[in-house]
Amino acid sequence: MPAEIGAETITTRLLILGGGPGGYVAAIRAGQLGIEHVLVEGDRLGGTCLIRGCIPSKALIHVASKFESMGEAVAHGSKGGAKDGISLKAAPALDMAQTVAWKETVVDKLNAGVTALLKRAKTRVIAGWGRFTDAKTCRVETKDGPVIIKAETVVLAAGSVATALPHIAFGGDVISSTEALALPELPKRLAVIGAGYIGLELGSAFAKFGCEVTVVEAQDRILPIYDEPLTKPVKAWLEKAGVTVHLSAKAIAWEKNELVVDRGGEILRIPADKLLVTVGRRPNTEGWGLEEMGVDMAGGFVRVNDRMQTSMSGVYAIGDLVGEPMLEHKAAAQAHVAVEVIAGQNRRFDPAAIAAVCFTEPEIVSAGLLPKEAEAAGHDPVSAVFPFQANGRALSMEAGDTGGFVRVVARKADHRVVGLQAVGAHVSELSGEFAMTLEMGARLEDLAGTIHVHPTLSEAVHEAALRALGHAIHI
Amino acid sequence: MGRFVFKLPDLGEGTAEAEIVAWHVKVGDVVAEDAPLVDMLTDKATVEMTSPVAGKLIEVAGEPGDMAAVGGPIAVFEVEGAGNAPAAKAPAPAKAVVEMAEAPPATAKPVVEAVKAPPPPPPPSPERAAPARAIPLRAEGEKPLASPAVRRRAEDLGIKLGHVSGSGAAGRITHEDLDAFIAGGGSSAQASSALAKRTAVEDVKVIGLRRAIARQMAESKRRIPHFAYVEEVDMTELEELRVHLNATKRAEQPKLTLLPFLMRALVRVLPAYPQINARFDDEAGVVHRHAGVHIGIATQTASGLVVPVVRHAEALDVWAAAAEVARVAELARSGKGSKEDLSGSTITITSLGPLGGIATTPVINHPEVAIIGPNKIVDRPVVRHGQIAVRKMMNLSSSFDHRVVDGYDAAEFIQRVKARLEHPATLFMD
Repeated sequence: MPAEIGAETITTRLLILGGGPGGYVAAIRAGQLGIEHVLVEGDRLGGTCLIRGCIPSKALIHVASKFESMGEAVAHGSKGGAKDGISLKAAPALDMAQTVAWKETVVDKLNAGVTALLKRAKTRVIAGWGRFTDAKTCRVETKDGPVIIKAETVVLAAGSVATALPHIAFGGDVISSTEALALPELPKRLAVIGAGYIGLELGSAFAKFGCEVTVVEAQDRILPIYDEPLTKPVKAWLEKAGVTVHLSAKAIAWEKNELVVDRGGEILRIPADKLLVTVGRRPNTEGWGLEEMGVDMAGGFVRVNDRMQTSMSGVYAIGDLVGEPMLEHKAAAQAHVAVEVIAGQNRRFDPAAIAAVCFTEPEIVSAGLLPKEAEAAGHDPVSAVFPFQANGRALSMEAGDTGGFVRVVARKADHRVVGLQAVGAHVSELSGEFAMTLEMGARLEDLAGTIHVHPTLSEAVHEAALRALGHAIHI
Repeated sequence: MGRFVFKLPDLGEGTAEAEIVAWHVKVGDVVAEDAPLVDMLTDKATVEMTSPVAGKLIEVAGEPGDMAAVGGPIAVFEVEGAGNAPAAKAPAPAKAVVEMAEAPPATAKPVVEAVKAPPPPPPPSPERAAPARAIPLRAEGEKPLASPAVRRRAEDLGIKLGHVSGSGAAGRITHEDLDAFIAGGGSSAQASSALAKRTAVEDVKVIGLRRAIARQMAESKRRIPHFAYVEEVDMTELEELRVHLNATKRAEQPKLTLLPFLMRALVRVLPAYPQINARFDDEAGVVHRHAGVHIGIATQTASGLVVPVVRHAEALDVWAAAAEVARVAELARSGKGSKEDLSGSTITITSLGPLGGIATTPVINHPEVAIIGPNKIVDRPVVRHGQIAVRKMMNLSSSFDHRVVDGYDAAEFIQRVKARLEHPATLFMD
């Protein structure tokens, strides 16, 4: 077939579509394994996670918490002295534009880091939006004109996009998480549709900034993927922070800056300056020629086996494109598998657990099975909790009274740990130990027999394991 | 000095009693803790029980061949200290319920059922001295437990961890287990005789495995009207493929016999004949037709016929099937098979290998309804396209339960198996 006149043609062993955490990790791994490769990305390198997701939202949450605690010092100051002795005479001021600019410097730093890593991996980055014309040919519109890439193998890492509501389209004051992270000024009132982790993380941050936040959720509880004990401290915080949560409530329409909500027949009108829609994310399967590639789909996702192979030979897919959970660390792990399989290694994506963290106030972390799930899986589980109220480190940083705890779930029969959860300040940092415990197939005795540093939050993990064995010390 | 009564623990689901096969010690012996005590036979699995305490054996519950009830006393020891017998109270595992102390707020209120003392060591772990392989304790369908490093090494070696037994806590597979799996192989011994008049008569008690076989065979022949069918199959092409695969296989891949190919043929054809992949509960008058194909592999062991089971053969390729046949056969031969490994088959293959003969009339493994017995492959002259050609021919013998499988269906089934075997590519196609 004659090449298109004027189009540069590149032939390569591996083409990676998408420069997010799946794609760029695949590229670096390919570089390490000596596989010649090209990465196509139309946006900045780093993907949703770095550019408009995890990282920027955590930056915003950090600033919001700082602002909130300063505000508390003022409140105490007016009453003549805070519990911890800090007081401020005047209220802190917030320059939202500056906050967003600072957040951008964090993003820039990581973006530059990814660029440098790819350079070292000898990745040829083609900047532009790619479109496949068949399974092994991708046409990219770059600023210097079209480039045709022909590859022996392909890794698809196109990621996901925010799901829109059919009757409340994005645009104007109806925003997704992307826009919420780059608002030039603080809205006075923010309505949020969806009490999943994205909605609550952002909603809580805006509440800390002093914004009047209302959350509308169609289901009858917040954070439906966790169980009630885990979400209870978050619920308590939302109440204390004055965030209104309407459960079992359906958003019907957005009319003249009012969100119309049907709560069991009762119609509510919630005035708001901005409406943040966080009703989930869907795989990004449109607009880049997926339909030309002949790959099988599975319920909206690209179907892959545990080697990350699609139904088309030589075409691999990873990350949000191939299914839940849509998490950065899962995409990166799958990138390793895909590229190593391409390199001829015998690899499978078969993790014991993919831990997930929710950066609400307080944080939630979960790995493996909840007690209910363990029971449903026929494990005949035993579970035990250790409250942070009895943990010295938590008390020392004013994090003992949030109702937080660590919970361990194990099988009664052989004491094998099948799940670990925690809720409380900074518990996201426990996720590594949780995942490691499950991957290593540890038993309660292994956790109990590991000396945990005092004073740290991780002692609560140790104590929970001891408690499951019937001999906790500090409770 | 106290008395310690050792009660027969539960040896597997549904087991009410077990047969004493052999005592490793005799009354009056001083026994160390964890030393081999007695071999018990349940269904067809022999389980070696180790001594729970150190002490002097003063009483045993029976002789080889006797049955012992689960939960009943099986041995009495004289031990240092109080023992457990005088009070005649079984040391039931204490189950404490720990409520949350009042101090913490009512954050989460799952009742904590503290499990005292780690669970009793899984069925007697054999002594270190003999590098015996541990019994796999995984329930069907459960993922093997191994650290990421072990999983990665197994992947590199092309070993499915599902076939490796784990000796670690909770059945965890260690690097050593992987080493043992790689090194593992079978062995057998043979005896000879001399030329002389022999007059002795030896009385052999039909006990243990032999008793189980005798009962099973009588049951099968008494209850099941067998319908036997023999067809000849041209194995020339399949043999070529098999020889080629064995010549080009990777070092760690198992050597392929005919069995995995025959298993493939069965799993391909069986979905169309659900009445054949079944277990017939003739007392209840119900045929349980199984979607999964669990193939019994009639295996000759030192003590007699055992039929270990390759579960879900439909989900195994020929390499995996070969490895699994080797694994379960080894378990059967070493007498270490768990109940899972030895029951639940839905159809059985009985192959005499090189002793295959011309035809056999295999006995159905009750309550299954069909059994397939490949006979010996021999070079035979056959007429092909009007010419005499030398082809590798094999007879395929089979028996069916004529109560629930019609002769017509059975014959058609065998014809379709034959078609798959004669055109090996179709073994790997839908």
